[in-house]
Parts: sequence; structure tokens; C-alpha cells
Amino acid sequence: MIHIPILRAGKPYYSLNKTTVNHFQTGEPVAEMSMANSGLIARDMQNGPANKQRIGDIPMADMLAMCKKAAVLFREAELPLGEGTQTGEDYIQQLSATSGMPVSLCRKNMDKITLVMDGMETVLGGLTRGLDLSILDSGWKEVDDRPLNFFCETDELGAILPSNSPGVHSLWIQALAMKVPLILKPGSAEPWSPYRIAQAFMAAGMPGEAFGYYPTDHSGANEILLRSGRSMFFGDKNTVAPWKHDRRVQIHGPGWSKVVIGADEANNWESHLDVIETSVVENGGRSCINASGVWTAANGRELAEGIAKRFASIEARNMDDPDARIAAFTNKKLAYLLSDMLDNQLRTPGAEDLTAKYRESRVVEAFDAVFLLPTVVYCEDPQHPLASAEYLFPFVSVVELPEESLVHQMGPTLVATAITGNQQLINQLFASTHVERLNIGSIPTMKISWDQPHEGNLFEHLYRQRALQVTG
Amino acid sequence: MSNSLNERVKAARENLDAHVREIIHWHFSPETGCPFWLEYAESLSFDPRDKIHSYDDLKLLGHFQDEWLRGGPVRRWVPKGLKDEPVYVFETGGSTGVPKSRINIRDFQTDYEMFSENLSDETFPRGADWLMLGPTGPRRLRLAIEHLAQHRGGISFFVDLDPRWVNKLIKRGNWQELELYKDHVINQALNILRSHDNIQCVFTTPKLLEGLCAKISLVRHGIKGIFCGGTEMNAQFHRFAREELVPGIDFVPTYGNTLMGLACNKPFNIEDNYAITYYPPHPRAIFELVNKDDLNEAVPYGETGRVLLTTLTKEFFMPRFAERDEGERAEPIDRYPWDGVSNLRLFSEFQESVVVGVY
Repeated sequence: MIHIPILRAGKPYYSLNKTTVNHFQTGEPVAEMSMANSGLIARDMQNGPANKQRIGDIPMADMLAMCKKAAVLFREAELPLGEGTQTGEDYIQQLSATSGMPVSLCRKNMDKITLVMDGMETVLGGLTRGLDLSILDSGWKEVDDRPLNFFCETDELGAILPSNSPGVHSLWIQALAMKVPLILKPGSAEPWSPYRIAQAFMAAGMPGEAFGYYPTDHSGANEILLRSGRSMFFGDKNTVAPWKHDRRVQIHGPGWSKVVIGADEANNWESHLDVIETSVVENGGRSCINASGVWTAANGRELAEGIAKRFASIEARNMDDPDARIAAFTNKKLAYLLSDMLDNQLRTPGAEDLTAKYRESRVVEAFDAVFLLPTVVYCEDPQHPLASAEYLFPFVSVVELPEESLVHQMGPTLVATAITGNQQLINQLFASTHVERLNIGSIPTMKISWDQPHEGNLFEHLYRQRALQVTG
Repeated sequence: MSNSLNERVKAARENLDAHVREIIHWHFSPETGCPFWLEYAESLSFDPRDKIHSYDDLKLLGHFQDEWLRGGPVRRWVPKGLKDEPVYVFETGGSTGVPKSRINIRDFQTDYEMFSENLSDETFPRGADWLMLGPTGPRRLRLAIEHLAQHRGGISFFVDLDPRWVNKLIKRGNWQELELYKDHVINQALNILRSHDNIQCVFTTPKLLEGLCAKISLVRHGIKGIFCGGTEMNAQFHRFAREELVPGIDFVPTYGNTLMGLACNKPFNIEDNYAITYYPPHPRAIFELVNKDDLNEAVPYGETGRVLLTTLTKEFFMPRFAERDEGERAEPIDRYPWDGVSNLRLFSEFQESVVVGVY
């Protein structure tokens, strides 16, 4: 059986404490994974300054070339996986087998990761607002006759990673290109992507000191968060809550992303169904950038009915079906639990599941798997619990409100797509402190421009500007 | 199993059965038994002294319920035969609600004296002083380690650690404060180690050992032996400790609790791949590995079972208590010719609910 080891400064370490990662359909083990004890992680992290020095000496030009090379290797090469190897196709199959994500979506996520690695210069250009990246070699530069100096605030970026969608791995790779070593804790059902990314980079010439890869338990995850000068933490609302006020930790919790439709466009709702459907359903509804709300100034009911009709045609398909659009639940009980929870919330007056009339049940068992079918709920009241709900499947609530109240009431929103020409509404969105990413126009929430920050600017998370004066 | 080991196993079993008879007689005789068991006997349709002649016969009494130990009156556990002796009370758990209490007279001293026989005089030198860095408060451990040190001619230094506060911090998800508390505890230990040259032996928990080793080299501070126990002890930690944390120091994993006493680890052999196998202090305590769905059915050697713990001393009688732990049933060995348990861990059905802290 495949054994995925721990990587200690890039070197494989086989733990005596192991766990298996199972095929979600057959229940058969796909791989064994070495589990790191928290003390081992803490001990390795004492080498943080030396590890950082090792990759800090690499010139940015070489670093960016390495990213391009790693992109090709990640997609195409046969790379080490424990004591064996893994091709790109193996990766896709293994990823699908343990995450419940259809092969076609796994492939799209692989493309997304590759795109970020290949286009690293553009991505960093966006994060640094066009800085000459050689400033990360020299520490400072004269820009417009002013000295400009940045210093790195950490010896590593810790990342507590999720299992829901491999696309999130395109968010932390940039740290490496910014000369910051990584301490990665993979999700329990998705050890594949971070391991393969690390192997691709090492094969491209990145020193092993850039990678700590530690499958571990909650205690190990806490160790990473406590000891990392900077970290990213992907998790649900309750898991991330204790770290919310720790400025060293960048939280990536639920997205509550939304499509906002102004009064001027509400009558044209039919022409916006494509954008809404893509926003809700793409990537199986598993991303924080999937829309879970459509907030409209008018015609809410008609719009919700229109979405429901579209959703009714989306069905569960097997993992290898190229037309598969929704992911399966690796934990069958969770699927039923979520559906029950939704039904309980529907008992609160003021909300209706408009997709219910098109099918016998929201939960479908097929192909040895359990799926939750795309669901749209119309909420009469923005305070209804389902108006701000987010689930791990394509779910959206449609809320109708007077235009002047839309932004005020919609709450935290990772991505807002504003479909309106009303400048006043757009200005309200610009002024909102709740909106992290703003798309103006018919841009699906899922369409990410990689040269823009995501839930905080990673460059600013890792680097800080220092006041600098230099004689003569 | 060799013939000589078979003989030793048989002799140990006979010794156990004789011990059971003696303990049953003690606890169920009106002159010597404690109020709890004497009252319990009244609810039975038989006199345990007539029916229980061997360890297997203890099944007639069912399973000890640890809930019986919550709340008072604690004197119902004091055997009449020991009523004039000074009584200690030790607590277990207690993060929330009423803790479980167990009375003690000399058991903890006896247990640790027996355990002492298993320690090497070379790595736990007689006359050397100790550092006790682990849960203190109303637990047995603090006095027990002190007694162990004294029994070996040493003096024990202490650092307080309140595991109930640790559990609260964990339940609240207050990790930063937990780290501060851990640092506070570790820094006190460093002060003691730096100030007292004769400390050569340490008792601590896996988490605290990691914390200590992150700050100093215990070898350079003259530590020769570490006696370590706690919920996070497993083969991987054992290996990590021997290979990386404290190479060159005798590392002795142990398992103990207030209800039982102290179990010894099978002597280290690299061929065991760092597996930890504990043997209870027979005949005072017995491990039985049983089917989790049928607690009367022992599992075969090497198979996983839930731990049934029986304590048989004149101070405390606890028949066939279903512990919160599971492991693999281990075969008797020459040194310990009775059943042991390998890879002890939290019972899988409890893993979600039990808080594992710095101890």
C-alpha cells in the first residue's frame, strides 16, 4: 500500500503512528499516512531560521523560474510518493477516491494550482502592487526617489489545510515564491495535493528545507499555529474561532459569498441565471467562493423559481463521468445530518425549498455514494437562519430586500458579485467592511483573478514595510 | 511459550486465585470489610466468601461502576479492619462536576515501592534527587513520586500543575493561554534543574517532556533516568523520546492511575519497534482484555480488546471495572508471567469526548 510519509525539511520520515485514507465508495484503504506527534513538529520548527536562510538566498529570478518548472512537473511528472511514485493521472484518481470530488473537477483544480505556479510573477505582481520583486533579494530599493524597504515577519508560513477542495492549495504556494518556508498540515482526506506540490518544487530545485509536511491531529495543528510566525487556517466557523483575534493567523472560514442584484437589473433576472448557476454550482459547491446567497432588490420569488428549475436538471453522476458537476460526501452520515439540519431550519416560517417539488429527496444514494442535490431556498426574511446559511454542497438562499438595505443587511461576504449599474449601490459595496472581494458586473463569484488578494493579502501577511533612510 | 514460562504463569495464576480469596474474605467480612461492600453483599443472593474462590469467580459480582466513587460519604470505602489508620483521599478527573475519590492508606507507597524494584540503580541512582513535573493537586501522583524518591534515598522537587485548569483551557479552545501556562510550568522546572545539581531523575508527562527538552538538554543537566506516563504515550512518542528528545537517558514509560497502581513496561528491546506493553502489579491489579460488546469474553492474544481493570488490595476492592482504554492483549513474559496490554490508547468510542491535555 502507498505510505505517505511526513516530510521533515523535505526528508521523508515514517512514523510509527499511522492512519489510513480510505476510498470513500469502496471503503478500501487507498493509502497509509504517517502521523506526526506534536513534539516532533515543535522540534523541527526550531530550525525555522536556518530553513528560511536556505531559501532566502535564492534570487527571485531563479525562484520564479523554479515555479514555472514546478508547474510543469506538478501537472505531468512522475514524482516521488513515499517509497513509490505518482503520475499526474494517479494524483487525479487518488484525489477523487478520497475526497469524493468527481475526476473532472479534480482535473480543473489541478489546472488552477498549475496556473498559479506557472503565473507566479503575475500573482506576486498583484499582491505587491507591481513591486520590482528583486526587492525581496536586496531587502530595499529606491523607488520614485524614495527608499523602500520590506522585511519578512516570520520564519515560516504554517498552513492548516482542508479536505473540501484542492483549489485552496493555490493560496499558500505564493509564500514559497516569497522565500518563506512552509509548514503544512494536510486535510485528513486530502493528503495528495500539498505532498505533490512539495515534490514538484523539490524536483524543480527547491531545497527540501522549504517544506515541512505533517499529517497530524488537532494537537499537532495547534502546535503549528502556536509556533508559526504567520499561518493560514482553513476551517469551519467554530474551529477557527479561538484564533480569530491572533493577528499571526489568517483565517479562511466560511465564505458566505453572494450575488447582489440591484433594482435596475432585477427585472432582467433571467439573463443572470448563468452567472448565478456558475457561482453556486461550480466546483461542486465546495468552495468558500461559491455563492450561498442571492440578494436582490426585486423579483426574488421569480428568480428563485428560475434557479430551482435549472438546479432540477443537475443530477448525481459517478466520479468518472465527465459531466459530473456535484461531489459526493465521503461521510454518508454527514450528508443526512446536513439535510436534516436544513429541513429543521425550513420549519422556521418564512423560507421555502423551491427545489423540493422537482424531486423525491434532496439526498440521493447512487454509485455507492451519497450526494446532496443542488438546493435553492427562498427566504422572505433576511433574518431567517437559512438566509445566511452555507453548506458543503450547492446551496443558495434567495433574499429580496429594498435596494437601500441590501448591503447593510447582507453580512460577511467573501466574494460579492454586484449586478447593477446603480453607482450608489456600488459605492455602498465599496464602503462595506464586510466584503472581501468585489466583482462589479456579471462575473461569477467563482471566477478568481489570481493577482488580487484573497481573504487578506498574503504579501502583507508575511512582509511589513520598514521606514528607511539612507545617507548619500 | 516455554515450559518454564508456563510453570511461572501457572504459579502466578494460583497466587492470584489465593489472593482473590484473601481479599474477598477481607472485604466481605463484617469485622474487616468497608461499609460499601458489606451493604452491597446484602443485595446479593449469595455470600461472596462462599462462592468466590478464584479470579474467574469475580464475574459473579458484575462490573465495578466508577460512578460509585463520585461524592460521599467517602468513609464508606474505609475497611473496618483499617479504621484506625490515617487515611488519604485521592481524586481523579474532576474537570467538571464531582470528582471520583479513592481512599488510600499505604497502597500508593506499596505500589511505588514495588515499581522501584524495576528501576535500574545505574540510571535511577539511589540517593539521587528527583524532579516531579506533572499533575499535582489532589492526585495520588505527587505523594507517590515523593515516596518513590524517598524510598530510593532521594528528595523530590515539585512543580505544580493543575490538569483541571488545563482541561478547561482546552475545552474553551484557549490555546494561547494553555501555552502560557505550559511555559510557566516549564520555566519553574528549569529553575529547579539549574539550581540543584543532584537531580538525576525526572518524572514527567510526554507533553511536558517535549516542552522541557525544547529549552535545555537534560543530558547536559545530569539527568540519567526519566519515568514518563500520560495519555499521549504511544510507540511513536517512545521512539521520538529515545531517538531525539532524550537519547542517552534511560526512558521508562509507565501507566498508572489512582484506581489501580502502577504498571511496568516490558523491558526495552529494539526488536519490539518501540511498542509499549504494560504489565500490571500482579496480584494487586489485573488487566483483562475483553470484547467491547461482550465484557465477559476475553479476546485472543494479539487481538484488540477493552481493558477490564481489577484492583485487589486490602484498602480497595474494584472488580472488573471497564476502563476508558483499549489495547492488544499481550502474552506473559518471564519477568511478568501474566497478561499485559500493548499499545494502550483511549477506547475508540470515547475518543471524541475525552480531553487530552498536557498530561
